[in-house]
Amino acid sequence: MNDLLVANSVSKNFGNFKALNQVSIAVPKGSIFGLLGPNGAGKTTLIRIINQITMPDEGAVLLDGQPLKPEHVRDIGYLPEERGLYKSMKVGEQCLYLAQLKGLTKTEAKARLKYWFDKLEIGDWWNKKIQELSKGQAQKIQFIVTVLHQPKLLIFDEPFSGFDPINANLIKDEILQLRDEGATVIFSTHRMESVEELCDHIALIHKSNKVLDGKLNDIKRQFKTNTFEVGLESLNREKVFAEIQDKFEVLPATFKNLNDDIKLNIKLGEHASPNDLLSFLTSKAEVHHFVEVIPSASDIFIQTVKNN
Amino acid sequence: MNHLPLIIKREYFTKVKNKSFIVMTFLSPLIMIALFAVVAYLSQLNNDKERTISILDETGYLEEVFQNTEFTTYTNLNGLSLNDAIALVKEKEDYGLLYIGKAGSLDDVSGNVKFYSEESPSLSVISGLEQQIEKRLKEKKLELDGVSLAQIEASQTNIEIAQESFDGEKSSKIDNVVKLAFGGAAGYLLFMFIVIYGNMIMRSVIEEKTSRIIEVIISSVKPIQLMMGKIIGTSLAGITQFVIWVILGGVLLVVVSAIFGIDLTQVQTPQQEMVNQAMQADGSQAMAENLIAAISNLPLTNLVIAFLFFFIGGYLLYSSLYAAIGAAVDNETDTQQFMLPILMPLILAVYVGVFTVIEDPHGTVSTVFSFIPFTSPVVMLMRIPFGVPLWQQGLSLLLLIGTFIFAVWFAAKIYRVGILMYGKKPTYKELFKWLKY
Repeated sequence: MNDLLVANSVSKNFGNFKALNQVSIAVPKGSIFGLLGPNGAGKTTLIRIINQITMPDEGAVLLDGQPLKPEHVRDIGYLPEERGLYKSMKVGEQCLYLAQLKGLTKTEAKARLKYWFDKLEIGDWWNKKIQELSKGQAQKIQFIVTVLHQPKLLIFDEPFSGFDPINANLIKDEILQLRDEGATVIFSTHRMESVEELCDHIALIHKSNKVLDGKLNDIKRQFKTNTFEVGLESLNREKVFAEIQDKFEVLPATFKNLNDDIKLNIKLGEHASPNDLLSFLTSKAEVHHFVEVIPSASDIFIQTVKNN
Repeated sequence: MNHLPLIIKREYFTKVKNKSFIVMTFLSPLIMIALFAVVAYLSQLNNDKERTISILDETGYLEEVFQNTEFTTYTNLNGLSLNDAIALVKEKEDYGLLYIGKAGSLDDVSGNVKFYSEESPSLSVISGLEQQIEKRLKEKKLELDGVSLAQIEASQTNIEIAQESFDGEKSSKIDNVVKLAFGGAAGYLLFMFIVIYGNMIMRSVIEEKTSRIIEVIISSVKPIQLMMGKIIGTSLAGITQFVIWVILGGVLLVVVSAIFGIDLTQVQTPQQEMVNQAMQADGSQAMAENLIAAISNLPLTNLVIAFLFFFIGGYLLYSSLYAAIGAAVDNETDTQQFMLPILMPLILAVYVGVFTVIEDPHGTVSTVFSFIPFTSPVVMLMRIPFGVPLWQQGLSLLLLIGTFIFAVWFAAKIYRVGILMYGKKPTYKELFKWLKY
């Protein structure tokens, strides 16, 4: 049993609107799983189904091999995108209340809160009201409340919104540490650079359907077009350019370089190897730059959404 | 996992520790008592000021009609001319001058009575005087026809119809008044409770929506648990407030009356006095005895038990609807259009209670409305003091409980969907669709 969470052909309708259509995902234990998709694709609905906030019309969700039960709320920590806290309640009281709702006893909750408050150096906030905190400060509290009961599965929906870069990094490191300690993370965001940085698996939902999923590296391999970015220096630019264009599919490229090079994206046919290209190029000009073009998560996202 | 106690506890303590709640709880009875004390004090001031009314009777028919009382002194100015009398009254700063002009016969007197005063006299003073004059003239006329005063007195009969039901239960007019008072108080209390604390529940649901904490909470607890926790917690806070009001009000009442030496139960204004005098009340002693008898005549056990059940049932029914409204909208200004359908039956119930139950507690209208679940708590509570067969109470309660369960189901559906909906105000059609989500 390597998958902590499995969703089997989950569908959900709201009236005549199909919010999810036969979506299946499998989140491996100990992974950071990126749940991606444009606005309104159905991500939040899927997340709410996992949290048992809404019930699926069809399909089932298994946590650790068992169909979701009310007791499972203890095993899940959820940081929703639409989040907030009771404004006029004191920080400490509020954390204790939310922790107890997740099944912790008061003493347990107190001890763990002390640990987290010390770790994030916010011990003096205990008796403040939420409305006295800044947005970023409140987000920190929210993060602590989400992870406090040490759930097996953590679901973060846009966890970095509202944080400055320093605090965003702090939270990112905490997420990585939690993963290293054995937690599994579902991570939903529109910020592709953090997907690149954190996720090892992704699934892309578009218009209520899952259109893509797998290991991020596999998907990248799948999406690469055997294209190479090259920078050449030659005295006879036009001639070299014409000769390359004769043999290969060529597109202009832009990248930063010291010299005034010919900058090209060269697409190889399916059977050609990079070595063939390289030896051809070295025979014509001086090669300063030779890199395989690997699609970024952002490229994959845009391309997939456009094609569907 | 049952988080209900935890939620109730939070809701309760958040409400109770809220500053405006505390201020309201302790200030309201203070303000009420202060108002009461001011009124009592003012009327006492009024009492201290004795009123002198001068009488100038040129007919002689009205001798010894006007007897001095605690607050009103009558001075006889007989013998003076009208102008002199007026001047004298003005100079003495008397309340006014009652002038009965010369009349040839008893029949002519009525057109010749005038009251002169600096300011226009109070209505009760005038009507008190009128009644006294009328009574004397009537006696005089009867005397003229050969009926003696003793005969008149002997002819006066006080009729009080003793009422008894077929089961042998005795009652009287005063019984009915007491019953109305009890029923009315119970019904009105329920009405107030629903409006005040229903609104409080609604606001607290809206607060959770606007602060966006709702999704965090319901990833831990079932929405229906949250809703019930809110309703129960807020109700407990409401009961706390009510109990404090009653206790504080009682204590303050005693303290204030002790300090100011006002016997609040005996506050009697000159107006009342006039009226009493005219009415020739047959002694307040008997009245009080009747009152106590009437209260002990009430079906007290039934009343208390029914009050508890109908109060709780009615309150929960309405408050779950309030919670649903709170869930359906984003802010308080949007609640208006949904409030109306809730308030309508409630207000209808109070009107039916006040107008129909008084007239005929067991009539068709009263009976029907005491079965309709949305009006039954108020109307039935008003009817019960008059004795309602147990099967009717049971049936009504059953209907109420059934509707309550349906309302909670309905509210929970709306609540479950509504708390996660932001943005535009939903229409009734959309609310209906939510039921199927």
